[in-house]
Amino acid sequence: MRAIDMHTTMAHPTRALAEADRLMVICNSCRYCEGLCAVFPAMERRNLFKDGDLNFLANLCHGCGACYADCQFSPPHEFDVNVPRTLARVRGESYQTYAWPGALSGLFARNGLAISLIAAFSVAAFLLGFFIWADPSVLTGTHVGPGAFYRLMPHNVMALLFGGVFVYAILALTMSMRAFWRDIAGNTPAGGIGAFLQAVKDAGSLRYLDGGGAGCMNDDDKPTDRRKHYHHATFYGFLLCLASTTVATLYHYFLGREAPYPWWDLPVVFGTLGGIGLIVGPVGLLVAKFKRAPELLDETKSGMDVAFIVMLLLTSVTGLALLVLRATPAMGVLLAVHLGVVFALFLTMPYGKFVHGLFRFLALVQHARESRGDH
Amino acid sequence: MVDLEKQYDVLVVGGGNAALCAAIAARRDGASVLVLEGAPKFYRGGNTRHTRNIRCAHDAATETLTGPYSEEELFDDLLRVTGGKTDEPLAKHMIRESKEVLVWLQEQGVRYQRSLGGTLTLGRTNAFFLGGGRAMLNALYDTAEELGIDILYDAPATAVTIENGMFLSATVTHESKPHQVRARTLVAAAGGFESNIEWLKEYWGDAAENFLIRGTPYNRGSVLKMLHNAGVQETGDPTQCHAVAIDARAPKYDGGIITRLDCVVFGVVVNKHAQRFYDEGEDIWPKRYAIWGRLVAQQPDQIAYIIFDASSLRLFMPSLFPPITAGSIRDLAGKLGLDADALEKTIGDFNAGVRPGTFNHADLDDCRTEGVTPPKTHWARRIEQAPFYAYPVRPGITFTYLGVRVNLESRMLMADGKPAANMFAAGEIMAGNVLTKGYAAGIGMMIGSVSGRIAGRGAAKNARN
Repeated sequence: MRAIDMHTTMAHPTRALAEADRLMVICNSCRYCEGLCAVFPAMERRNLFKDGDLNFLANLCHGCGACYADCQFSPPHEFDVNVPRTLARVRGESYQTYAWPGALSGLFARNGLAISLIAAFSVAAFLLGFFIWADPSVLTGTHVGPGAFYRLMPHNVMALLFGGVFVYAILALTMSMRAFWRDIAGNTPAGGIGAFLQAVKDAGSLRYLDGGGAGCMNDDDKPTDRRKHYHHATFYGFLLCLASTTVATLYHYFLGREAPYPWWDLPVVFGTLGGIGLIVGPVGLLVAKFKRAPELLDETKSGMDVAFIVMLLLTSVTGLALLVLRATPAMGVLLAVHLGVVFALFLTMPYGKFVHGLFRFLALVQHARESRGDH
Repeated sequence: MVDLEKQYDVLVVGGGNAALCAAIAARRDGASVLVLEGAPKFYRGGNTRHTRNIRCAHDAATETLTGPYSEEELFDDLLRVTGGKTDEPLAKHMIRESKEVLVWLQEQGVRYQRSLGGTLTLGRTNAFFLGGGRAMLNALYDTAEELGIDILYDAPATAVTIENGMFLSATVTHESKPHQVRARTLVAAAGGFESNIEWLKEYWGDAAENFLIRGTPYNRGSVLKMLHNAGVQETGDPTQCHAVAIDARAPKYDGGIITRLDCVVFGVVVNKHAQRFYDEGEDIWPKRYAIWGRLVAQQPDQIAYIIFDASSLRLFMPSLFPPITAGSIRDLAGKLGLDADALEKTIGDFNAGVRPGTFNHADLDDCRTEGVTPPKTHWARRIEQAPFYAYPVRPGITFTYLGVRVNLESRMLMADGKPAANMFAAGEIMAGNVLTKGYAAGIGMMIGSVSGRIAGRGAAKNARN
């Protein structure tokens, strides 16, 4: 009997979901990987694998690859068990399935191209805007001291633009998280704040990106993966940048202190540290992505992964360049480029790899809720 | 790179748990080591690929073991499964060594976890490998590579030159070319012959054609045969193999754990004539699952069907294939290709014989039949609640017991009783010295790791002298 002929527990709309169901039947009758991560204990609580269950399991999977290297049935075995790749495909599809508004879910297809175009367009728009509205002498002039940026773009315009795109991103992300949550939460008893805190801990430490303690696979079947560190650098770098922006906004409105700030002030310290994290992390992740064993890759979603990593990298590189060169005539153009990149980053957040963090967090919350039921 | 021209201190033939433990132990004692694995890299490790735990003695609970398991208790368990037939000094020696091996394996990179879901009864006695047997193998191979052990895959030993109990060289076929490999000592750790249907047919006749092999097709016993031909003493019953009933739809080879079926005790088992042939409720399943391979092997065409109803569907671990389902016993017979009248009569007679009782699948309960032959002495409940289910089963061969005789050093003994000059054996190829029949979960891995480590050390020492 060929592997493909083996059964699933129900019918599914896509090939990836059907394949995930087939694998969960195999894994559920083996269970050797139970100690590697959260996916397998979560799987054992189920007999039937509905689309929502598979989307839940797929987002619980951190793609560490340990279960592939450890599986006695992975290819070339005729059972053809490749859990990391199959769940990566389901995960990729799930972002699209729950996207809001549904009409924009197509952005996930050829995501790399879509996001590059949006980013390029945003940067061009900011550059053009500066050229049209700012005096050329202002654009290429040297500006220092409080309010220097706002001579290029009035603060209110900047706040309106970014506030608007930010609010839109939050709305779209909330709506898609809601749809995802409804599908995966089922009628599990509420886990209360405990489950939430557990998920914060598990997400914050990337608990399940360690192959159960032996380490993750990336380049080959050896547990030599460093993605956890690069991901930490990226994630905490991103949070520091957010903190930088938040503190700056508070300064502006409550203390009346205008950017740019001196190098020792909190927004710059946070932004610099975060920016460094957002360079080291994404570069490491990008290198790991290119070195990843082909059998673990969901090749159809590589564009999405790369686009998001590159967007983060561009954000930090342009931001740091702005910091270093802000007292030179290059400041005007750099500011436009940086703002364009950040604008595109927010605008595309609900339609790219960014959602993986939110979906994974919700999956971890659900896993924590279910785990509580075990005891 | 592997240099087939050079003379190694230790040649290890085989690539499973025992082989790797031997190679690592020898290398750590300073020997140069070559490992010849007959299988391609993916299938390396023979039956170890499909294992999940090891049964070692230990004095106290550990992070992953729930309590102590004394040497005496492990020895008693061995006596129980073998019916008292074991090489007692060797068994006791190995059990003593198993305590150290439990920790030694961790030092070689092997990781343990708590017992898996559905295996709570083994939580105290058996250390489970994190990620299963293949993960364990990966760790051992990584360590072996780091230590500078040479490893060749797709490299079956096709001949050995042995003179008066002295190993001189082995012929290995690699990339379609034969090579002579010389070494000062030999560790044979190449498993049994469970994948060699022709050999199995010598004892089982044509019935062996219908056997399914639970491990890889590479366990052909060729090294075992060469050693016997070279005058090494045999041990173990050649006619015996460990056979369980597995799903008949499983592939011929390497279906592993996921084709097992734990539901015999919940229903009845009939042969192709729709007749029952053995007490399905004789004892709790872990004590009886290993007799069902042989029972089915004795039935016509080596096929049988486990039949149960809706009340039992959720009582056992899921397995790879779905049960065959029908709304009535008659329809079920049709789907299985059985005589419908005969199956209805068998189920009807069985149902009529079921006495009232309190069902408890965790213990020997009082649900039994009367006036039915054969009786079902526990967990007998009427099969009456539609839908009805069936699993077709065939004998699934796990391992064989025939091996080479060894002494306490894991050194082979020649037919005249003298120890071989430079030949050691480890793992399934010598397990028959202590495990003459029967099986207890994780005992094969204990024998493999312990004998491997003893053989590796002995071989390294032997090579130095």
